[in-house]
Amino acid sequence: MAIDEATARRVAHLARIAVDEADLPALAAELSGILSFVEELEAVDVEGVEPMTAVSPMRLKRRPDAVTAGGDPAPVLANAPDAREGFFAVPKVVE
Amino acid sequence: MSDRPETIAAARAALRAGDVTAAELTAACLDAIAAAAPLNAFVHVTAEIARERAQAADALLRQGDAPAMCGVPVGIKDLFCTEGAPGQAGSRILEGFVPPYESTVTGKLRDAGAVMLGKLNMDEFAMGSSNETSVYGPAVSPWRAAGSTAPLTPGGSSGGSAAAVAAGLCPAALGTDTGGSIRQPAAFTGIVGLKPTYGRVSRWGIVAFASSLDQAGPMTRTVRDAAILLGAIAGPDPKDSTSADRPVPDFEAALSGDIRGKVIGIPREYRMDGMPDAIDALWQRGAEMLRDAGARTVDISLPHTRYALPAYYIIAPAEASSNLARYDGVRYGFRAPLAPGDGITEMYEKTRAAGFGAEVRRRVMIGTYVLSAGFYDAYYRRAQRVRTLIKRDFETAFADGVDAILTPSTPSSAFEIGALDSADPVEMYLNDIFTVTVNLAGLPGISVPAGLDGRGLPLGLQLIGRPWEEAELLDIGFALERAACFVSRPQRWW
Repeated sequence: MAIDEATARRVAHLARIAVDEADLPALAAELSGILSFVEELEAVDVEGVEPMTAVSPMRLKRRPDAVTAGGDPAPVLANAPDAREGFFAVPKVVE
Repeated sequence: MSDRPETIAAARAALRAGDVTAAELTAACLDAIAAAAPLNAFVHVTAEIARERAQAADALLRQGDAPAMCGVPVGIKDLFCTEGAPGQAGSRILEGFVPPYESTVTGKLRDAGAVMLGKLNMDEFAMGSSNETSVYGPAVSPWRAAGSTAPLTPGGSSGGSAAAVAAGLCPAALGTDTGGSIRQPAAFTGIVGLKPTYGRVSRWGIVAFASSLDQAGPMTRTVRDAAILLGAIAGPDPKDSTSADRPVPDFEAALSGDIRGKVIGIPREYRMDGMPDAIDALWQRGAEMLRDAGARTVDISLPHTRYALPAYYIIAPAEASSNLARYDGVRYGFRAPLAPGDGITEMYEKTRAAGFGAEVRRRVMIGTYVLSAGFYDAYYRRAQRVRTLIKRDFETAFADGVDAILTPSTPSSAFEIGALDSADPVEMYLNDIFTVTVNLAGLPGISVPAGLDGRGLPLGLQLIGRPWEEAELLDIGFALERAACFVSRPQRWW
């Protein structure tokens, strides 16, 4: 299915990636090209085939539900572009 | 030092014998790296860490009974988190990021006494087959076509790892492989690259691209080195719930080169239209070599092969779009400058637009699209069902008695940097046509250098093994390596 400009705009927004209006036609064409490549899968008969959700059959491991780390904000904040008073800082979210 | 050991096995022997110290070996590698700037392979050199570790390794070696990797210098793909050393996955969005922790795999190497020389160039977030999507600029292959000075790609995404090992800057490097990112660059540069069975090696601390496909693995000069390095990094990890609780065999001890009676499958679907003659001829010669070594080759069918790339280009971007959601300009790395009045949504959107390169943006958006309401079943769920069929093809072949499968590693030899600049993105994706099936099925695969094409460039052959049978796979690779006797080296121009 071809992607039009409106769909490209919606997808970019869902992905939280800013795209200039002027770049939308090229983006829509690129995404359409990739989708037409993957649409070959429509030719496969998948009737009754289970989707592969795990690579090797194994039971998911369990561990005790215990606190094993934390309480150390300095390394957590060390790489933040903006950290103040022990918190990550972002533009105002709530008025 | 001109007679610096170039393999892990040789370095191990020289270190244990006291013929060379880890400090000397490390200094020689650091010199070689400094002299190889045109390759753009190492993007962060961690000389201080390397010298400290070399000293510690020498102390351990003097005590005797040091692990195999003790004192051996290694390069680490930029995708691995390494404590106190920069790592940005080849992306602008992780600019300045210094991980405060060590990935399980690099931690195992550190604990075994291996010496990290630095971080290696790669395609951004491992998305690419030519190392051209890297924020650092492309790594350059040490190889050149006969009579040409045009820069060639070392392949990708582990292009820096391949270039570094092929150029002799370090005996070995770590790569990662999501659709062929260890095996394709290994083939392009005449080295050995092994992707282990999914779950054999912990993914903890490796920047995630597509979690159900990613595996780390060795990139080395020889099959023996791949066995040694795999032994050092494999094993279960409580921090990665998909790492398998399986004992790690002694892969090196399993190298006998005796493959008499082994059954090698030759899948007919891998004979592609327009495949270069040199590749087809090499593939046939490879089969002959294995037969001469006592194996039996049988024609097999893997009927869903042609659907592997399309399925991959739904599954991998879908997982990537989810994994890369964490890069939002809040906790680490780059944040775009904001205009007055910009809120948090503008911060996310501007940061991700400027922080991700074109290919990453494209794949995140494709992934977002195929997972979005109304399209999930048509794309993602269908691709997962096709993945089941691809895996089943291999299971059927193995159940019929095939021990390993022989294919070409790549559909061509290395191409020039920039050759696909104006091409459709899908053309670049075709590089992984022979390797991607292995990731989808979770199998181990190895690329072994097997010959040169008409332009004097390396070509590799791929062997695909049964799950968890890396020891057997390495042994068959060992036999192939001995028969192929690939000794060509790039002429130094850098």
